[in-house]
Amino acid sequence: MRWIKYSWLALVLAPLAAQSTLAQPAPPAPQTRFVVVLDAAHGGDDTGGRLAHGQLEKSFTLALSVRLRSLLAARGIPVVTTRDSDAAVDPVKRAEIANRAQAQACLSLHTSESGSGIYLFVSSLAPAAPARFPAWKTAQAAAVMRSLKLAGVINSALLHAGMSVTLSRTSLPAMDSMTCPAVTVEITPEQNHETAAGLDDKDYQARVAAALAAALLEWRTDTGRTEARP
Amino acid sequence: MIPRHQRILFVLLLVASLAMGAVLWLLRQHAHQRLLAGLDSAPTSAPAVAPAEQATLLMANDSDGSILTQLHSLPLPADPGALARAVLGKLLDLYATPDAAHPVPGGASSVLQVFLLPAPEITGAVPAAGIPISTKSRTVVILPRQFRANPPAAPLQGAPQAGPLLAVVNLSGSFAANHPSGIETEMLTVLSICGTLRANLPRVTQVRFLVDGQQRATLAGHADLTRTYLTGDAVPSNEAHP
Repeated sequence: MRWIKYSWLALVLAPLAAQSTLAQPAPPAPQTRFVVVLDAAHGGDDTGGRLAHGQLEKSFTLALSVRLRSLLAARGIPVVTTRDSDAAVDPVKRAEIANRAQAQACLSLHTSESGSGIYLFVSSLAPAAPARFPAWKTAQAAAVMRSLKLAGVINSALLHAGMSVTLSRTSLPAMDSMTCPAVTVEITPEQNHETAAGLDDKDYQARVAAALAAALLEWRTDTGRTEARP
Repeated sequence: MIPRHQRILFVLLLVASLAMGAVLWLLRQHAHQRLLAGLDSAPTSAPAVAPAEQATLLMANDSDGSILTQLHSLPLPADPGALARAVLGKLLDLYATPDAAHPVPGGASSVLQVFLLPAPEITGAVPAAGIPISTKSRTVVILPRQFRANPPAAPLQGAPQAGPLLAVVNLSGSFAANHPSGIETEMLTVLSICGTLRANLPRVTQVRFLVDGQQRATLAGHADLTRTYLTGDAVPSNEAHP
């Protein structure tokens, strides 16, 4: 019979095949690169709010984004920005850029003359289990818990820098569609008598940027520790 | 020289015209008399002046991001749509005062209309079940649904008689154009409007916004006006759970 005729061949080749399989090294686990997305709000025709010293919100957020990118780059953290110039970027495009970057932190930068200190906003979506194909408008739901942790880290850094911080939750179209841990930062004048500062105060701007950079550095360490855990 | 028969014809036509005019005037007088006879013009009911009642307003405060309940006495119409417009008008009047804690120009005229419709069921993602995170005394806390206890629904005239209601608030374009820009300040305005509607019309569970009758992306660049807001999301600090 034919199958008996070739069975000796199978008996010889099988151990060889097994040996070659064992000799191949296991594919390395995919390394997650720590990337930060900076989303300077508004741009182009969408000027955002008008600040007290005549500057527009879109210019302020872009300047802060550039400053923060420099600080992060100096610390070896790769940064992806949603805009580098005075260009209009719609919320869908912003979320697309963030999701494509597969970032570990996404910061949307806003500013306003109303309020006092720094406001941190996390999406108001209810936490949900990660899905293979999340709905676009609620993609952030799977990352909300990590966003809350990121907000906690940023809060600590800002408080450490002597700023007053208010944490809140809200619904913003771009943030709700991001799959990364996402926090919206709104910078308003510091009304605290001891540390009062306007938005045009260069020192205040520098302190905010430095605190945000320190927070992201801390977040990178935390993320690394979590991933290193068995 | 005009012929004699033409003069006679002219006089006859003139007399006929005058006679017809007189008849028309008499008929009009008769019709007017008949109309008045069918109406009873006696004053049987007093002019409708709504008595002053207590209205609950949820007032926002920019300095600490709080929303606090305040009671104000104002004339409240019986019609729920007019009532909603009256309380929102009062709220925005207070925001337009020079010493307002949440200054927003515009005043009562910024609320063009408030429509009350049966509320559709909301499907899909729900807002977060309350995780009040705060370093300050935040007041806008999104509470879990099981903690939201709406007061019993009162019967409303001029609105669907049963079930939850959707309020469509039509704001003026000048209000949106002059509103201070910022996530916090815009959300405080939106949530105080939602909370005020809930406090005075407990059956209003959802709120949508229009600006000059049209849908608008944001109030002043930040607060999303394309979504439906749940009135249960706006909880004043003195009612918020710890």
